[in-house]
Amino acid sequence: MSGGASVGMIQHIPILQVAIPLIAAPLCSLIWRRDLAWLFTFLVTIAAFLMSLHLLDRALVEGPFVYELGGWPPPWGIAYLIDPINATVLLIVSMIAVVVLPFARKSVDAEIDERSQPLFYTAFLLCLSGLLGVVATGDAFNIFVFLEISSLSTYVLVAMGAKRSRKALSAAYNYLIMGTVGATFYVTGIGLLYMVTGTLNLVDLAERIPAIGESRVVEAAYAFIVVGIGLKLAMVPVHTWLPGAYAQAPSMVGAFLAATSTKTAIYVLVRFTFDVFGPDYDFGLFILDKVLLPLALVGMVAGSVVACYQTDLRRVLAYSSVAQVGYMILAISLVSTAGLAAGVLHLFNHALMKGALFLALGCITLNTGLLRGGAVTVEGIAGLGRRMPLTMGAIVLGGLSLIGVPLTVGFISKWLLIEATIADGRWWLAAIIVGCSLIAVIYVWRIVEAAYLRASDPDVEVREAPLSMLVPVWVLVIANIWFGVDATTTVSIARQAAAVILGDAP
Amino acid sequence: MESSLLEFLIPRLNYVAVVLLMMIGLYVVISRGNLVKKIVGLNLFQTSVFILYISVGKVEGGTAPILTGQPEVFSNPLPHVLILTAIVVGVATTSVGLALVVRIREAYDTIEEDEIEDADEAADAALEVKS
Amino acid sequence: MRHHLVLRVVSKILMPFIILFGLYVQFHGDFGPGGGFQAGVIVAAGVILYALVFGLETARAAVPDRAVLILVPLGLLIYAGTGFVTLFLGGGYLDYDVLGSTPTAGQHLGIIVIEFGVGVTVASVMVAVFYAFAGRSDEIEDGDW
Repeated sequence: MSGGASVGMIQHIPILQVAIPLIAAPLCSLIWRRDLAWLFTFLVTIAAFLMSLHLLDRALVEGPFVYELGGWPPPWGIAYLIDPINATVLLIVSMIAVVVLPFARKSVDAEIDERSQPLFYTAFLLCLSGLLGVVATGDAFNIFVFLEISSLSTYVLVAMGAKRSRKALSAAYNYLIMGTVGATFYVTGIGLLYMVTGTLNLVDLAERIPAIGESRVVEAAYAFIVVGIGLKLAMVPVHTWLPGAYAQAPSMVGAFLAATSTKTAIYVLVRFTFDVFGPDYDFGLFILDKVLLPLALVGMVAGSVVACYQTDLRRVLAYSSVAQVGYMILAISLVSTAGLAAGVLHLFNHALMKGALFLALGCITLNTGLLRGGAVTVEGIAGLGRRMPLTMGAIVLGGLSLIGVPLTVGFISKWLLIEATIADGRWWLAAIIVGCSLIAVIYVWRIVEAAYLRASDPDVEVREAPLSMLVPVWVLVIANIWFGVDATTTVSIARQAAAVILGDAP
Repeated sequence: MESSLLEFLIPRLNYVAVVLLMMIGLYVVISRGNLVKKIVGLNLFQTSVFILYISVGKVEGGTAPILTGQPEVFSNPLPHVLILTAIVVGVATTSVGLALVVRIREAYDTIEEDEIEDADEAADAALEVKS
Repeated sequence: MRHHLVLRVVSKILMPFIILFGLYVQFHGDFGPGGGFQAGVIVAAGVILYALVFGLETARAAVPDRAVLILVPLGLLIYAGTGFVTLFLGGGYLDYDVLGSTPTAGQHLGIIVIEFGVGVTVASVMVAVFYAFAGRSDEIEDGDW
């Protein structure tokens, strides 16, 4: 490539961000050796990560920019829109992918058939490109297409946990049914919007919807879209697919999904609520305050409480994720820059927390003697604090972050969220947030108590996890502490993202 | 009262069809325990969305949206393209779902949802007794 | 299906016409209803008909597993690859204008190529799914009918 062409390539990065993992997927299915497939996937995720760093940098410096697909200007063509909130979520997804891949090498070897591994990595690349596409695109129907690409590959990835336990199959089936219903609701909403505005481009929709005024069709479209996306982000009461899917998936898949799939759905919700329908859309405000806020509170409380009763540790983390999604929806329903900034920040922080915890559980899963019926249980980890010190140390620190102890990212998220609720004048919300953090202490303490204060089973042979699996875990744990001690970068990016999307001066 | 309801519905027959199919499809998904029947219900539900898009894309007096060189009134081609994509997505979802049902049948020997739940609970209870 | 002579003779005669019709639908997508997905399904239906009437092993000999598993990613590579070709030729991603001497010729060529990619992938995926499902249980004997 000549110098002129490579300078030109930089401007195509918005589409290359999605196109490179997408074209890597069929190439990966043609590779028949599993270690080459892993290496190829790892290189692709590194490329995706570097591209998302560039996009975030450009979005923070320049402001929102548009890339036209196929040379057709919007609204006729599909446009990819990158602004700070977009680029942040792109960074989260690609960062988690890059960290999870080195972990995957030994973990996937242990959990998945050797012949199926290239196809496993193919499905992973499809899932990655689908998630990146959902976030990067600026066209409503394109969101549906990429949403389904990522969802279908997720169903397949979850089902590949069947080697460990046959429950993975029914968990994947449940997820398929609920996910497809959600996506179909979303596409119905988009159809209703298209009927009244005649466009599918997000920016164009944002301009045309206020002109329609009072309209039942727009309200119905809003309702369909919120319910459809709510299914995808595991909002109570349509969250029931999440515990099964996260618990039964292979370890690497569980970590990747817990850290990314709900985040992209929350981004789509934010984009539609604040950008397309606008923060002064009366019906939207009504729904946010009277429907989403109570559901978020139920999710926070119920998720934390149910987590305390689970024996399978991955289900504990899954229900904890339901509670954390509740926090993020609470942040969104405040409809203020401070609230939205807290929500965006929590997207990043929660990815760090849950990624580290699920990866650490994956390290424990490697020692199959600890599994009870294919699951890591509270009994199974008895006494592990001494025999797997690095892994359990990571779990303890991740747990402290979940609770929101100062010096961890969890504390920064909760602090910003409480600040936002108090600024809104709703003290009782702040009280509920603190209450749920206290409930989190209970389920984290169960894990810590079993690992450090009980005697271990002497018959089971236990070794510390291999280095290639420990390093990703501790990278995420150290990131937890780093961004908890010095949160200036992440908070300022979150504030800028919120300001741009709400239309205040950046 | 009766005739005005009919008068209201007859010109909007396509929306009636959409609502009927959507509700029937959702009902089948929720109420039937057989895994294959759920997938059938899902397909019905998706078909209602296809009808919604295509029926509103028809322009009165418009013909098929294929350029013939003569000035004519064409129906809107965009919904057709969107629904083609959605149909492909539906087919892919059905095949993944059916593949899962085949594997579930091999693992559990049944495709009834309540029997699968019972088998899972029995396996969990057996584990509890063991440990 | 040894005993069902009429079925066997008729489907043997029809098979090439089915494939031909599929190709017609594929390449006349810009003049009438048609395109990649429809054509792919028609071709796959022909192969599945062959497998139903003459048995899975005969069909597998005619359209081998290996070929199908290579065709599946190939179609997607053709589609995404066209995008990269337009990138290297100086246009945007999937900007067909740069593919031909005039923008119209470029658009025409671009659409034909990507629709062909779609057709290849859809046909091979349908056949692959059928092989995967049918290959899991024993073949049904004639007496079972």
